[in-house]
Amino acid sequence: MQVNEYKPLIVAFCCNWCSYAGADLAGNNRLNYPADVKIIRVPCSCRVNPTFILRAFQKGADGVILCGCHPGDCHYTSGNYYTRRRMSLLFSMLDYLGIERERTRVEWVSAAEGAKFAATMNDFAEKVVALGKNKRLEDLRCKK
Amino acid sequence: MQKITRDVLVSKAISLLEDGNVSHVLGWRKGEFDYDITPSVFSEKEDIENNFVWNDFCGANFSKYLVQKTRKLEGKILVFLKPCDTYSFNQLLTEHRFDRDNVYAVGIPCEGMADISKVKKICGEGISSIDFDGDNILVNTVYEDAPIVIDAKSVLSERCINCKSKKHVAFDELIGEEGEIIESGRFDEVEKLEKMTPDERFEFWQSELSKCIRCNACRDVCPACTCEKCVFDNPKSGVENKAPANSFEEKMFHIIRAFHVAGRCTDCGECSRVCPQDIPLHLLNRKFIKDIDNFYGEYQAGAEVGSRAPLVDYTTEDVEPSDIFEGRNG
Repeated sequence: MQVNEYKPLIVAFCCNWCSYAGADLAGNNRLNYPADVKIIRVPCSCRVNPTFILRAFQKGADGVILCGCHPGDCHYTSGNYYTRRRMSLLFSMLDYLGIERERTRVEWVSAAEGAKFAATMNDFAEKVVALGKNKRLEDLRCKK
Repeated sequence: MQKITRDVLVSKAISLLEDGNVSHVLGWRKGEFDYDITPSVFSEKEDIENNFVWNDFCGANFSKYLVQKTRKLEGKILVFLKPCDTYSFNQLLTEHRFDRDNVYAVGIPCEGMADISKVKKICGEGISSIDFDGDNILVNTVYEDAPIVIDAKSVLSERCINCKSKKHVAFDELIGEEGEIIESGRFDEVEKLEKMTPDERFEFWQSELSKCIRCNACRDVCPACTCEKCVFDNPKSGVENKAPANSFEEKMFHIIRAFHVAGRCTDCGECSRVCPQDIPLHLLNRKFIKDIDNFYGEYQAGAEVGSRAPLVDYTTEDVEPSDIFEGRNG
């Protein structure tokens, strides 16, 4: 038995219409994904302001993943197209500042893709564990 | 040294004021020192004759001042715009931040502005007065009897070395000759940073951004930052401290600040000019501009009125966030 195994804190922003339902499906199908993934439901992936992601890192997240409907399938027609542009720029900027690329990700997960949701979360958690604790974007004041 | 003289601008301002075409003049006023030229509103002829300044230290971009001044002042406002200022002017018009009818814009050529911190590196502190002679800047200090002669070209601001345009994109009237859009090497520095390893980049930004004293000057001067309520004034924003209490805080502040103007930033370079700590803030903005050019096609904010900013637009073929690093090292 492993003792003191490193447990990352992963924040997943999931859109209400596709990815949150996808997570539900993963649960219904009894698919395993790490318990370290904390899901935050948002009305649309477009609701996620870049500040949310930085704020999650500030509060101690080791990785942030944003899930939304597939491009073209947005419940609000075009929300995820805006998300795509915003996140491309934000991730590129985080990389420019020397933050590890694998800490952030955008994934399109539909309501029917429970298996993809679980697989994505497993894969993402694995990468974050490999990176270790988020030292570059943590805020010591938020430490308990 | 500027090609047009102060007298040309003063006589233009006075004639427009006396004809009744304009009721106020937005211009540069002498500050406490010869190099801290302050933006100011003039409405009297004598005031303009005595206090109006135009020299290598008139870097201030007046576009943002129009937002408040056109609301508060009666009548038309005369504004002098350098080529880079006209881009901000157009961008603010695109965003409907002021009424074009209340402004009379006079385009003036610019030969590049001097950076006072570069001057101070050469002649030290204690500058008592500054004169101009041809292409030279003569600096008198309290420690030396003779003035120190500096070549104006050697102390150009970074934004003027990499000047992107000497062409005015908006004006009612133009003084002097019209210039051209320049192919500048303004992204060279960004590319240099991109080629570093992530650790080196982190080191670089950590050392630069940790100088930040959170004076908010970059936000206050930015012509793209015209929100009346700013996220940074929110005590719950997580970056509310006067001085950054944590290394994360200044990073978050600067990422958010640059992101808020992404796609609307005209690269006027005011943020770096006003930074009391000489942080190269333009490198953050230029990174966004460079990425936007790469991902979504070349876009120059403010080049024309009414253009759609890249972040409020989309195509179904846009690059995926997972693909942006393809072909990049690090």
